[in-house]
Amino acid sequence: MKTYEEINSRIESGEAVVLTADEIIDYVDKEGLDKAAAEVDVVTTATFGTMCSSGCFLNFGHSKPKMRMSEVWIDDVMAYAGIAAVDAYLGATQLRHNDPANMYYPGDFRYGGGHVIEKLVAGEEVQLFALSYGTDEYPLKEIRTYFTIDDLNQAIMTNPRNCYQNYNVAVNCSDKTIYTYLGELKPNMANLTYSSAGQLSPLLNDPLYRTIGIGTSVWLAGARGHVYAEGTQHASDCLRGDNDVPMEGAGTLGLTGNMKKMDSEFVRGVSLKGYGASLALGVGIPIPILDKEILRHCTVRDSEIFAEVIDYSSTYPERGGDIVGRVSYADLRSGEVELDGKTVAAGSMSSYSKALKISEILKEEIKQGAFLLSKPIRNLPVNQGMTPLDVRAQGEKK
Amino acid sequence: MNTAELITKRVILNFPKFNAGQPILTKLIKEFDLEINIYRARVTPNKEGYIAIDIIGEESLIEEGLDFIESLNVDVDLAMNSLLWDQDRCVGCGNCVPHCPTGALHVGDQRSRQIAFHRNLCVECLSCVENCPFGACVSIF
Repeated sequence: MKTYEEINSRIESGEAVVLTADEIIDYVDKEGLDKAAAEVDVVTTATFGTMCSSGCFLNFGHSKPKMRMSEVWIDDVMAYAGIAAVDAYLGATQLRHNDPANMYYPGDFRYGGGHVIEKLVAGEEVQLFALSYGTDEYPLKEIRTYFTIDDLNQAIMTNPRNCYQNYNVAVNCSDKTIYTYLGELKPNMANLTYSSAGQLSPLLNDPLYRTIGIGTSVWLAGARGHVYAEGTQHASDCLRGDNDVPMEGAGTLGLTGNMKKMDSEFVRGVSLKGYGASLALGVGIPIPILDKEILRHCTVRDSEIFAEVIDYSSTYPERGGDIVGRVSYADLRSGEVELDGKTVAAGSMSSYSKALKISEILKEEIKQGAFLLSKPIRNLPVNQGMTPLDVRAQGEKK
Repeated sequence: MNTAELITKRVILNFPKFNAGQPILTKLIKEFDLEINIYRARVTPNKEGYIAIDIIGEESLIEEGLDFIESLNVDVDLAMNSLLWDQDRCVGCGNCVPHCPTGALHVGDQRSRQIAFHRNLCVECLSCVENCPFGACVSIF
């Protein structure tokens, strides 16, 4: 048994034993759980993938004369300005003004909020256009200027839903091609798409949220960030395997961090044909090995993590409950899986290679004493369900 | 064809804004004993155009054939495919892999799972351009 304080003091003195979630599997196989739990201080987990519920709060500073910006566009992408005078929230999936979307199906969605965020993090110049109705103390009604992230007072990435614990595998059982947030799915189950870092993924290594909670320090695209809330749609009351690992979506994290400190390698605009624009993000989360059980969960491997295969031509849009099957991430990563007696080509939407790189970067930062762990101030709920939206008449009871 | 060793060269022919005046590919086949595999082409009289091809044949005959083409003021580009894969833009997700019909884009090393690109296997179908969420695959035309 170790405490956060003990682990942090070993990190500060440069003595901490840190392994990635990839390395820990073989290490425990070789050394045994007891010995490894005594030796290892931290296991680093990571993920890199499209996380649509991402965005940032920006503060532009005041122009002369001042303006209460009520409508804001950055590079022609609208940011939400229904907050204080020169603050705005730019969301990853916001489309550029005049983007024809799916009017000419399938749309290309070449530039949106996620691309603006990537440009900002890369230090590139973007255009600000803002309108206002004008008030006595904020008389300016229109502004067009250019800025970089360095010109902003604050750029705070604030993502209500990141790091999905597990995720659907998408196939298309219909007889025509469909375009989804999991890519192009060819008819008759010709291909499928999955999206998880599997054995590297943060919440798959801490399936019952024992160390990842509100207040946990995270590596957010190179910056120090933290978990500020349970993520939206956090649904921990789900089907789990004997290893406690969810077999469906399950938990999510609300993450925030200083965007000015981020590295654009890990903040990437995404264009999904026929679906929309988004942002791919790299996240690393250290797991303190406080006891044997926490370590045992960290030894989870792709062959022991299963995901549900869902038909995105019918079941998914209709909110049905049927699944086509269950497959392991080991099978998915082999490039093809057997489903209903058919061999289906498997593609991934999240990047295992970037996740691996992040787990190694975080490991080095911890070993060098540059990244300390923080104990959650509150745990994430373990038995929480998810309510669907009912369409009802005004005043009608459920 | 004789028994001499055959090689394959990937070539882009860039046509200037005038009529080359003769059926170039037919000449390559008939006069230089070459096989041609066309990946992409856009040839319109009095407009700039391109043909992206594999030329298969004896090395000396390929060189003679390319000299003949250059003598018509057609630019011969041996350096690139019409499909460019930008390694720095590629995040290594692998979404392209099931969409690539020839395995040109594939998972390189199984542990790191980085994506690798075999230029010679690429048939320039552009399905990766349609499917890359990160804009890592770009057509030069």
